[in-house]
Amino acid sequence: MDNAYNAVMGRRTQIMKKAVGIDYDKYEIEGIAFDYEKMMSEVGYDLDQLRQIQSETAVGNTPLVELRQINKLIRRISAPGKGARIFLKDEAANPSGSFKDRRASVSVYEAAKKGYKGVIAATSGNYGAAVASQAAKRGLKCIIVQETFDSRGIGQPEIIEKARACEAYGAEVVQLSVGPELFYYFLVLLEETGYFNASLYTPFGIAGVETLGFELNEQMIEITGRSPDYVVVTHAGGGNLTGTARGLLKAGATDTKIVAASVDLSGLHMASDTDFNKKSFTTGHTGFGIPFATFPDRSDVPRNAARALRYMDRYLLVSQGETFYVTELLAQVEGMQRGPAGNTSLTAAITLARELDDDQTIVVQETEYTGAGKCPSAQLTFAKENGIIVRTGNPAENKPGEEIVIPEHPDQLHYTEMDLGRIRKSYVKQAVKSQGRTTFSEAELRFISEDTNLKKEEILNVIEELK
Amino acid sequence: MSEKALKGQYVKIHKIVLQPSERAGSVPEDTGKVPLEMWLNGFLADNEAGIGEEVTIKTVIGRTVKGKLVDCDPKYEHSFGKPIPQLLEIGPKVRKFIAGGDYNG
Repeated sequence: MDNAYNAVMGRRTQIMKKAVGIDYDKYEIEGIAFDYEKMMSEVGYDLDQLRQIQSETAVGNTPLVELRQINKLIRRISAPGKGARIFLKDEAANPSGSFKDRRASVSVYEAAKKGYKGVIAATSGNYGAAVASQAAKRGLKCIIVQETFDSRGIGQPEIIEKARACEAYGAEVVQLSVGPELFYYFLVLLEETGYFNASLYTPFGIAGVETLGFELNEQMIEITGRSPDYVVVTHAGGGNLTGTARGLLKAGATDTKIVAASVDLSGLHMASDTDFNKKSFTTGHTGFGIPFATFPDRSDVPRNAARALRYMDRYLLVSQGETFYVTELLAQVEGMQRGPAGNTSLTAAITLARELDDDQTIVVQETEYTGAGKCPSAQLTFAKENGIIVRTGNPAENKPGEEIVIPEHPDQLHYTEMDLGRIRKSYVKQAVKSQGRTTFSEAELRFISEDTNLKKEEILNVIEELK
Repeated sequence: MSEKALKGQYVKIHKIVLQPSERAGSVPEDTGKVPLEMWLNGFLADNEAGIGEEVTIKTVIGRTVKGKLVDCDPKYEHSFGKPIPQLLEIGPKVRKFIAGGDYNG
């Protein structure tokens, strides 16, 4: 077998087809368009099945806790009558310590059902530990492929911690240096082993998160008597947001607003060897959040089941320094040591709560485990060692890759609202670029409209501007 | 780090996956100048080997992989880091503030 880069990439489609067991061709319409809902309903599972699959491996049914102390703090820094109540879904209570167990549980179940001997996932994040943990529970072998080191051989502490966790669950961890060719090596391993591609972006991976949205709605009705007004979701590849939103819709929570939150890492190039260790967050940031929102099909499967722009009502950015502050806050006044990346949504939620009325509610829908390498002191120590200035001050002065500014006062916490109209337009531009044409069929325009929430005329206007 | 690894010992290997000239055309300039490298842990399949030698390992799931021996009994070096003064001051201030006091008083 020719394992040269171009040869393997040329076999990409056939390798993928064998490795996920989904005939994606069935859902193709034409060009950019495919039947998303048909794919989700035929390949995915309904909520009862998902809950059954997840209960078999102890996933889900995590506590929803009101952040009483943080809510008191919010009232103190809000105008009279303002200050929504924040509730936190403690997803760290899942077996491997994050909501990613929900995604992994369904993928690994599917792999076992179809008779695969093992699973592979390309991930530097919590998902690796989740796949490894679920594979352990179902008796499958597991390989996790990580982007870990820069060319000096210096690893991101957070990623090294994930490697440790994966190995603790019995997985083989393949660690690579920086670069998008990780995907190439991932294909080499899929071909060599014949294992299942436990991609984050199959319908299985997304359907697994639907239980999170459904569950939190049930819990909110039990506690407050109604669905939450807002759910804030830490946003990277879009699966967390898509699955949660779909679960909320299935629960009938149609008025709940879905707010995405990412750490702003603008200016740092995700595939750059020198930028790699200048970031203190390896996920939940704009380096994934924006590209995956504007071009979902950049993922490791032919059609990405995570399509965030369909469900996103607002998109808020916060800084690294603010998220570290809030992570400390959660530990110090709520007694919950979690995050930090999962706390991105909590950081945005605090500012959002100040703007809302005091009878409104917000759910922050995840937490993640913390530990060596991935707690604020580890990440800030690493930042300092890599030449980043860490200081207190106005968080508006944060500069990704240069300065991390920890707020001096909680009323300095703020968010930057992304213009969703611009992101939607950017999707259209990406579509034109990826397809290499400016003419689209009616079916394609309908698909783009569903995928972006833009009207047909708005799409045509963007295309016209590009001509 | 011991000088020699014995058969069955847990070790780390390193190999070059792609030379700079073999990398994807789309990578940033700095990334394109360096090779794509790989590190992997497993049990030494050879009878004995020294650091820097080409060896074969059997991984924890049973895959056989060749590479250069770079470490014996590899340990996790990540830690909780040093105390961060900017974080240490948050707890006491916020607790006082929630109780009704001044934040910076």
